Amino acid sequence: MSNIGQNFANATQVIEQKDYSILNLGPTHPATHGIFQNVLTMDGEIIVDAVPTIGYIHRAFEKLSERRPYNQITPITDRLNYCSSPINNMGWHMTVEKLIGCTVPKRAQYLRVIIMELSRIADHIVCDTVIAVDTGAMTGFLYLFQWREKIYEIFEEICGARLTTNIGRIGGMERDFNEKASERLHAFLKEFPKALKEFDALVTRNRIFMDRTMKCGPISAERALEYSFTGPNLRAAGVDYDVRVHAPYSSYEDFDFQIPIGTNGDTYDRYMVRMEEMWQSLSIIEQAIKNLPDGPVFADVPEFYLPPKEDVYSKMEALIYHFKIVMGETDVPKGEVYHCVEGGNGELGYYLISDGGRTPYRLHMRRPCFIYYQAYPEMIRGGMLSDAILTMSSMNVIAGELDA
Amino acid sequence: MHHPQHPQTAQPVIDLHDQVKAAIEKAFPQTLLSSSIDYDFPVFVINKPQIHDVLSFLKTEKELAFSFLTTMCGIHFPEHENHEFAIMYQLHNMITNKRIRLKVFMSRKDMIMPTATDLWAAANWMEREAYDFYGFIFKGHPDLRRILNMEEMNYHPLRKEYALEDAGRNDKADKYFGR
Repeated sequence: MSNIGQNFANATQVIEQKDYSILNLGPTHPATHGIFQNVLTMDGEIIVDAVPTIGYIHRAFEKLSERRPYNQITPITDRLNYCSSPINNMGWHMTVEKLIGCTVPKRAQYLRVIIMELSRIADHIVCDTVIAVDTGAMTGFLYLFQWREKIYEIFEEICGARLTTNIGRIGGMERDFNEKASERLHAFLKEFPKALKEFDALVTRNRIFMDRTMKCGPISAERALEYSFTGPNLRAAGVDYDVRVHAPYSSYEDFDFQIPIGTNGDTYDRYMVRMEEMWQSLSIIEQAIKNLPDGPVFADVPEFYLPPKEDVYSKMEALIYHFKIVMGETDVPKGEVYHCVEGGNGELGYYLISDGGRTPYRLHMRRPCFIYYQAYPEMIRGGMLSDAILTMSSMNVIAGELDA
Repeated sequence: MHHPQHPQTAQPVIDLHDQVKAAIEKAFPQTLLSSSIDYDFPVFVINKPQIHDVLSFLKTEKELAFSFLTTMCGIHFPEHENHEFAIMYQLHNMITNKRIRLKVFMSRKDMIMPTATDLWAAANWMEREAYDFYGFIFKGHPDLRRILNMEEMNYHPLRKEYALEDAGRNDKADKYFGR
């Protein structure tokens, strides 16, 4: 975060012959859905330039991770992209599993896929309904947003938490789905498509919505790649890169699904890509439930996976492992790994250096939001102020992931 | 004690390592200081003065075409004498779906790096982040300011000399935990 005066100075450098006005948008503006500040140079209603300031909710995750044992870092990852926490959790578990060389049983992998795809749907519900809200369509938001609530209810049954889930464990899942979770999951799969269809009918081909979002905040595939875009924003520009396909993890290679892509990289394409991805996620979940293998939901890694409570009370070994895990005294092998997952916003990567101690030596998080938000000034230049708001919500910039 | 079973390094990763190693050694003799394979990543340690040329070569060379900058970050190894700091770059060729990692080591007296913003627009904020947290100076960067911390901050917090806990606090010292 830099000082506001400096940003004004930078913004005013553009002023040469014409009399531009400077407009401060944010950091707390009701239309920006988060803490983002932009100092805009305006020519009437047209944006000439923007200088973003970020870091308002910086919490030093990378530094914090250097003091925490591996299992205590999972709750930190919750707070990156908090619209799809489970994906962040799973990405972290898989990074550590890669480091310690642990293979998770097939059933746990499938359960993880179900959870990750549910949270992808939750993430895309937020983004797409908010695009609609920013164009003035409140109704669609109200109808579809309750389904995010239903997804959180499923998470609640699995792990006890709703938003910041801390779901799964290093080595597998903390428990199998219980009856209530399965019931809620089936109810969701039965009812959600109807709601999504309804939202689709209400918004997607709506004349006003299309006029507002087409050609709004576009970016070409070349520029998107220069800016290291990933995820739906890159796919909207026409590049079919998806980590689930290009570096399959957690058995994604077993599933049959399509990568939707756009052509113009504008707000409408970003909206459409996310809409289609929700349908694809639903299909992945259905396939996972249909082919769900039997077996245990955790691997044999007693140094990382908490033993059952009754064993802790009756067996010496289990008691020792329980103590070591809770106190964070598990040493891990030395090594350097990078593991990435397809988060709600793109390639979420963990670069982990372990020196063999109880905490990471260095943990760097590749946060897709942080990387693509720097293209924002370029994308809104020459557009209207109201388009800038729409562009931001369609990029799905999440403050937690941006500032880490 | 659980002994991890490292998966055998896949042949494509070894091939990629050999290919990139040969290409760098041919184009820039004596630039490649060392190379290795860390899990599923070929890693190349590059001599600092040539890093920009090597990055540019890896990006534009037709055979390699690592045209996507996945991420970059700083690392601090206070116990390494004369090369305490490192920068890590991860490049990706999306067409052949191959990834490599480059590293540059430097001493704390000479933390000046050439910028990669002329190669990738994405390097802008990544370099600002590395400057903010470690104090690397990127020569030629258009706007090298702090990005996540406040401008008034007078130190670079991810350096290892800054302990996370309050320095005056000793109730959490390692000795009380048998470490």
